[in-house]
Amino acid sequence: MTDSSSPGSVEERPADAQTAVVVPKLGPLGMLRWAWTQLTTMKTALFLLLLLAVAAVPGSLFPQRSQSPEKVIQYIKDNPFWGPVLDKAQFFDVFTSVWFSAIYLLLFISLVGCVMPRTRQHWRASRRPPARTPARFSRLPESGQLELADDTVSDDEVLASVAKVLRRRRYRVQIRPAEGRVGASVAAERGYSREWGNLLFHYSLVGVLISVAVGGLFGYSGQRILVEGEGFTNTLVAYDQFSPGNRFNAENLAPFSVQLDKFSVQFNRQERTDGKYGTPVDYEADVTVKDSPDASPRKTKIKVNDPLRIDGADVYLVGNGYAPIITVKDAKGKVAFSGPVVAVPQNSMYLSLMVLKVPDTGDPKNQLGFQGFLLPTTGFQADGSAVSIDPDAVDPTLQLNSYYGDLGLDGGKPQNVYVLDTSKMKDLNNRTLDAGGIVLDNTKAGHTYTLPDGKGTISFDGLKRYAGIEIHRDPGKLWVGVFAVLAVIGLATSLFVPRRRVWFKLEGGLAGGTGSERMIGFGLLARGEDPRLRGEAQALREILMKEIPGLTPVETTSTITTSQRTLRD
Amino acid sequence: MGILPAIGAKEVNLQLGTTSELLMLLAGMVYAVAFVLWTLDLVRSSRTVRELEASLREQEARELVGVGAGAVRGGRTSHANSEVEGQLVDDTMAYDRSAPRRGSARVAIAVMTLGVLVHLGAVITRSIAAGRVPWGNMYEFLTTGAFIVTAVFLIALIFKDIRFMGAFVSALVVVMMCFATMGFPTPVQPLQPALQSPWLIIHVSIAVTASALFTITFALSALQLVQTYRVKALAAGKADKLSWMRLVPSPTSLENTAYRINAVAFVLWTATLILGAIWAEAAWGRYWGWDVKEVWTFIIWVTYAGYLHARATRGWTGTRSAWLSIVGYACVVFNFTAVNIIFPGYHSYAGVS
Repeated sequence: MTDSSSPGSVEERPADAQTAVVVPKLGPLGMLRWAWTQLTTMKTALFLLLLLAVAAVPGSLFPQRSQSPEKVIQYIKDNPFWGPVLDKAQFFDVFTSVWFSAIYLLLFISLVGCVMPRTRQHWRASRRPPARTPARFSRLPESGQLELADDTVSDDEVLASVAKVLRRRRYRVQIRPAEGRVGASVAAERGYSREWGNLLFHYSLVGVLISVAVGGLFGYSGQRILVEGEGFTNTLVAYDQFSPGNRFNAENLAPFSVQLDKFSVQFNRQERTDGKYGTPVDYEADVTVKDSPDASPRKTKIKVNDPLRIDGADVYLVGNGYAPIITVKDAKGKVAFSGPVVAVPQNSMYLSLMVLKVPDTGDPKNQLGFQGFLLPTTGFQADGSAVSIDPDAVDPTLQLNSYYGDLGLDGGKPQNVYVLDTSKMKDLNNRTLDAGGIVLDNTKAGHTYTLPDGKGTISFDGLKRYAGIEIHRDPGKLWVGVFAVLAVIGLATSLFVPRRRVWFKLEGGLAGGTGSERMIGFGLLARGEDPRLRGEAQALREILMKEIPGLTPVETTSTITTSQRTLRD
Repeated sequence: MGILPAIGAKEVNLQLGTTSELLMLLAGMVYAVAFVLWTLDLVRSSRTVRELEASLREQEARELVGVGAGAVRGGRTSHANSEVEGQLVDDTMAYDRSAPRRGSARVAIAVMTLGVLVHLGAVITRSIAAGRVPWGNMYEFLTTGAFIVTAVFLIALIFKDIRFMGAFVSALVVVMMCFATMGFPTPVQPLQPALQSPWLIIHVSIAVTASALFTITFALSALQLVQTYRVKALAAGKADKLSWMRLVPSPTSLENTAYRINAVAFVLWTATLILGAIWAEAAWGRYWGWDVKEVWTFIIWVTYAGYLHARATRGWTGTRSAWLSIVGYACVVFNFTAVNIIFPGYHSYAGVS
């Protein structure tokens, strides 16, 4: 009896004459090796690919934090049970989740584990001469015989002609003397680049993954709203929003500055009936840029598809809107606030929500707050309510409510600039009150309003536009592009370059001169998909018949592509 | 403006746009007639089958030594180069010049050619009217895509006998045209600022072409499944309920053709994905943000990558491969419709409000 406790030993199954299969017992190292072999099979790759496709679906069905965090919060609020459950399972962060990452990481490990041995294999194969000449060609997908009636051509000359024709058709050729049962033959192979392309494609995917990771780690992105006339310098404090990578270093911020001189919009003013009249057709931001503090300023334009590219960062135009210029005077007539106020567009007619907090009224108990809408072009509905009827600023009005009291800014807790907390404030102007709401337009008479109870005045002094810009830095993105292009080149090569083996051998009669006819057999084999194999066989026959006089075809066999399906390239 | 005139026209020719819409409707109607004629060709298949069998028997009688010729099996002749018993067409889809003519198919091809010419006129007038390439919104994507499907089919028909696909392809094209003209008709209009980029020309055109090719392989895979089912039924000794399928090549032949076309379409789809990423970098600041459309483009890419891997995996050729191709196409359709309409995101350029 063998010792069954030592690793790798053979364990015999008890007395069963039919099951003479002896299964070796695998130790831990053997198990790991088995697991690795399983991981790098095609079947596993296929399974992981399909699993990856399925795993990506929730990322499109549920709101994702990386895209719209406010939608995620809303979803969790709307679904008090499932919301937190899905959140815990990372369904709102699918593409950075544990389970999604596990799938693509496994897939990449499988990829590397399969591709590396194949690289070694192919390197060796590409240095060796073409494959051994088979004894029987009848098993090959394409085969046949040619009869040579001409005696003046010697065997060597025949083989040399065949070799020349094949070389011209870009085959790697080797002429071989007779050995064993096989007569003198010419062996040829072409299409080594098919496998090189395959390997290039798969390695490029790894390159893409690494470049994406590097870019994400060392890069950053941030947002800023710039009103016409405002400038932005690339420092941390200047951003409205900023998200860096894990290895980001603040010293790496390129020291440029951008000033928005003018923002213009072109509207569709063609007579039409499909509701598209007045929609924006072009946005343009005129800016002044300084690439570094001591560089001279230059003027340029930023458009939606034409970002500003500076050494070290790129500036994109992502949004725009109106910023009405408002002056608020306090009860004593001193200016408490004066300047543009960013209003956030709510619909395609640029109806914009505006919030203004005025804490410096000189009386901490009587701080002022305003909230309402800017209507770029004011029209009136049947019930008398005001509505914006055009996104261009043809007839702008401000419709506001006002409040007085404590804005809550002194508490030290940060507040959202665009949200007015009226919990500690009392209504001052409101449609439901006697004082009514505030309506300001751009006429001489209607642009100022005196607040009730002598709280002050508010005036609408002008209208500016603003542009929302995003600054991005991704040090890996150029490499992602390079690897992506290499991947496509590799992919096309691996799918469309045919890899073929061709053999011609002398059969039957010995060296010419005896008067007997000589037979030349040929066979073709494709390594991988090759729908044109039959055409190649035909072409070779025709060329050879022209090249060597007296050559006639005897028989040709082509197997229908049924059995030609190869399992591995 | 600074951008190519092919993108940045701010004013459109509304009159020519109306002409384009009329031509689209006309093309759709002509395609519908072609569909009826193709169906007629299949319905008349029993007569075609009898004629083909008679001509094959004549051929065999003339040949003295049959090397590779079909065998006569109890009255059900087969074409040389056919894998399925009773199959009357070549598995390499080569034309059989000696076979009797299929009159209905001829008329169907003529009508379909007329349709594709009218369709071409519609696409060109749309392009001139809008002053740009005719794929700036869903309507244009679908109508241009349908044009490419028909054009590819008719051109391939010159070289290969794919008449068996005529009914399927014309049906798909009619559905696409109906969807576009009735589901989301979009009058000719300038492009939104976000789409005014030279990348529109190349990214979307490649996407349209790849989608058109995926449509064709969907048809081939569906026919492959039907033929497989029929072959199994015949092998089990049941009667041939789908005798018109004798004019369709074997499942293997269909699968191989589908693979060849899917390989091309996959390369095009990879290019679509990469070009989309390059455009996204120029427009939105990041080359990949897992936006809904990007996610579904990725899903489609991975599914067809799985399809290509299945080709080299034991047990995954045949029916499973056909199903992968069909599932992939379902994702393509979903990507085009639901993603544009249901999910708001950066990619909501449907032109549909």
